[in-house]
Amino acid sequence: MTPRHRRIVWVLGIVAGVGLATALALRAFQQNVMEYYDPSHIAAGEVQRDKRFTLGGMVEKGSLKRTPGSLEVSFVVTDFHHSLPVRYDKVLPDLFREGAGMVAHGRLDASGTFIADEVLAKHDEKYMPPALARSLQQGAAANAAEAQGAH
Amino acid sequence: MLVELGHYALILALLLAASQAFFGLVGPALARERWLSSASSAATGQFVFLALATGVLVHAFIEDDFSVRYVAENSNAALPLFYRITALWGAHEGSLLLWVDVLSVWTLAVVARQRFLPPLFGARVIGVLGLISFGFLAFTLCTSDPFVRLTPPVPDGNDLNPVLQDFALAIHPPILYTGYVGFSVSFAFACAAMIEGRRDQLWARWMRPWTVIAWAFLAWGIALGSWWAYYELGWGGFWFWDPVECASFMPWLVGTALIHSLAVTDKRGLFKSWTLLLAVGAFSLSLLGTFLVRSGVLVSVHSFAADPRRGIFILGFLILMIGGALTLYAWRAPRMVSQAGFELISRESFLLFNNLLLVIAAAVVFGGTMAPLIADTLHLGTLSVGPPYFNPSFLVPILPLLALLAVGIHARWRRGGLHDARRRLIGSFAFSLVLGLALTFGVYAHPLPLTPIGAVLGVWIIVSSLVDPIDRLRRRLSVPASIAGMAIAHIGLGLFVIGITFVQSNTLERDIALKPGGSVDLGGYNFRFDGVANIEGPNYEGLRGTVTVTSAGRPVTVLHPEKRHFWVQGSVQTTAAIADGLHRDLLASLGDDVGAGAFSLRFQYRPLIRFVWLGAFIMAMGGVTVVIGRRQRGAGWAGATQRASDTTAASAP
Repeated sequence: MTPRHRRIVWVLGIVAGVGLATALALRAFQQNVMEYYDPSHIAAGEVQRDKRFTLGGMVEKGSLKRTPGSLEVSFVVTDFHHSLPVRYDKVLPDLFREGAGMVAHGRLDASGTFIADEVLAKHDEKYMPPALARSLQQGAAANAAEAQGAH
Repeated sequence: MLVELGHYALILALLLAASQAFFGLVGPALARERWLSSASSAATGQFVFLALATGVLVHAFIEDDFSVRYVAENSNAALPLFYRITALWGAHEGSLLLWVDVLSVWTLAVVARQRFLPPLFGARVIGVLGLISFGFLAFTLCTSDPFVRLTPPVPDGNDLNPVLQDFALAIHPPILYTGYVGFSVSFAFACAAMIEGRRDQLWARWMRPWTVIAWAFLAWGIALGSWWAYYELGWGGFWFWDPVECASFMPWLVGTALIHSLAVTDKRGLFKSWTLLLAVGAFSLSLLGTFLVRSGVLVSVHSFAADPRRGIFILGFLILMIGGALTLYAWRAPRMVSQAGFELISRESFLLFNNLLLVIAAAVVFGGTMAPLIADTLHLGTLSVGPPYFNPSFLVPILPLLALLAVGIHARWRRGGLHDARRRLIGSFAFSLVLGLALTFGVYAHPLPLTPIGAVLGVWIIVSSLVDPIDRLRRRLSVPASIAGMAIAHIGLGLFVIGITFVQSNTLERDIALKPGGSVDLGGYNFRFDGVANIEGPNYEGLRGTVTVTSAGRPVTVLHPEKRHFWVQGSVQTTAAIADGLHRDLLASLGDDVGAGAFSLRFQYRPLIRFVWLGAFIMAMGGVTVVIGRRQRGAGWAGATQRASDTTAASAP
């Protein structure tokens, strides 16, 4: 092999390696990226059953119910426009409370309840994911618009 | 009054940074010899005034001066003294001040060792550092001034975020920043080399120790952050692929590529322009990390405020620095070509693959970190990218990297073929195969598909690293610090790989509601919940649980997980109780009162998790060993020049 040939082999090998890695990463990316929805999206039927996704919204005041003596909890998540019942059976994070924002991963079950498999622990009580802030605003705005329309 | 003096000192530091940049960069260009030393003096003066400004702010914290807004927002009269001092970098403004402080210390170190560099080159390095310092000081003063007064002052402060009231996290930022900011020294060396358009490879020799030290500190900083997250966030995770973690991990990956590529450039004069590009890349990623963390585009504990001006300022600075450096690169790099060649199977080509795979790994992390931001900016919907993406994608470049490392250690510079090393290669692999499989199936059952691969690779890397030093000792040869350091670093990596393999494969976790007296079995241990008691700390009150752990009837340990309620911020914090051991950690966390006299609890059994941090620590120690060894050998400028001119003469046709 002349040096030139060798260099071509090198370059081809490297290009193939990089290409393979990119293809694999993109595949992993497509399969594993979770999309974010709020209760209004779900009410509009935008979410397929059995698809794992991220849910964000406000925990409705007075909606948190525990089965005494067990980990099972249920609560209602709202964006002030639509709401969605949620069930969870692990330890809730420190900053989870009624009337505060919440983000969880999970799936919808047949009855339309969100079965959370992970309620995200956040480090800061002022924390509000930008997407959540936006959906709460939109929900409130839609509510106000509807209230005006009704009058 | 004192506070205003501090503010004034900070402004003076800014002016000195400007003159440091001017004298350092323009002096050599106009060949004004006296300007060169002015750059060093300006750097020293800048350090003095920064120390003064920082001292004033620390004093304000110690004396509870709540007329200063930054103090009022991040401290409290009830806060213990140690945390009142570390609260300095507890939020945005102080963190930036720390960034500049660390940069100033690095600059001072360069000034102190300037006599080992050619005067023009040294001045240019200091000039570039002055430019960076000027940018960050201007940013601090314009958008994030820590000396702003509150009128009227408040009687008591808002307290430090409770999760930051912890020893590891108190020292995490200075160590992490030492690493992060240290890459600006590599960057400055690269820029100086490009400005001069040097045809030799001496700049690589000069840049090497600085880069290795920065890299080691970054590794320690990241490991410390991970260790903190593990015990302080309360629920036992140690790496979340959180954007903030990724922000520090990306420069580390590129920095790892850089120290390997520097070795090739220094030893063989190859990969010159690639090394320069990596130096620019590592620093750019440090800046990008600062941008991600400080601009508020990411929302987490690390980003304190979302002021759009801050984001735009850092982004502008980022584009200016990186754009400038890349322009310089495009102009100068083509002339800095390498003459030597190497064969397909040689240490050079293994290191080339190392670089390639590390850069791919960094790109994988980069993609996952930036995708949600880009999708959000372009209104493509809101994404969350988590471990399901990062874990498998990251392994795609990293597993081949580990395998190539175990083989490549045996390869020699320049020469082709691994025939000489065949016995070592087969022997070490056979040994590792047996030991790795014994670990996987004998010691820890229930493996995942990748468990045996990780275990064998981890052992193989350690064994391969030991072959050369042991061989030298057997032949009664000395083991130079560079070889010892390399072996130590790779052994650290091997331990890390073994640790992470078994933590990922064999961790057991159980969330459960228990009444006092109730118990649960996990990983051969029995966790019995004995109830809770009320406790009171200096600035919090809370509940303290008691969990007795036994194994086969014998007592192992008693864990006291806590739930703390901080008065001032009204926040609740779970403090996990961890029984640590080299072979396993046991963790208990206390959840809430779930009614009917029961509490929610989380128990974890994590094998070999200490190996993860220990491995990272040892890896960094390897780097430090190399640098200390080099220093003792006295790799000064004069000697290096001599050696280099010898090699130039030798390689001349």
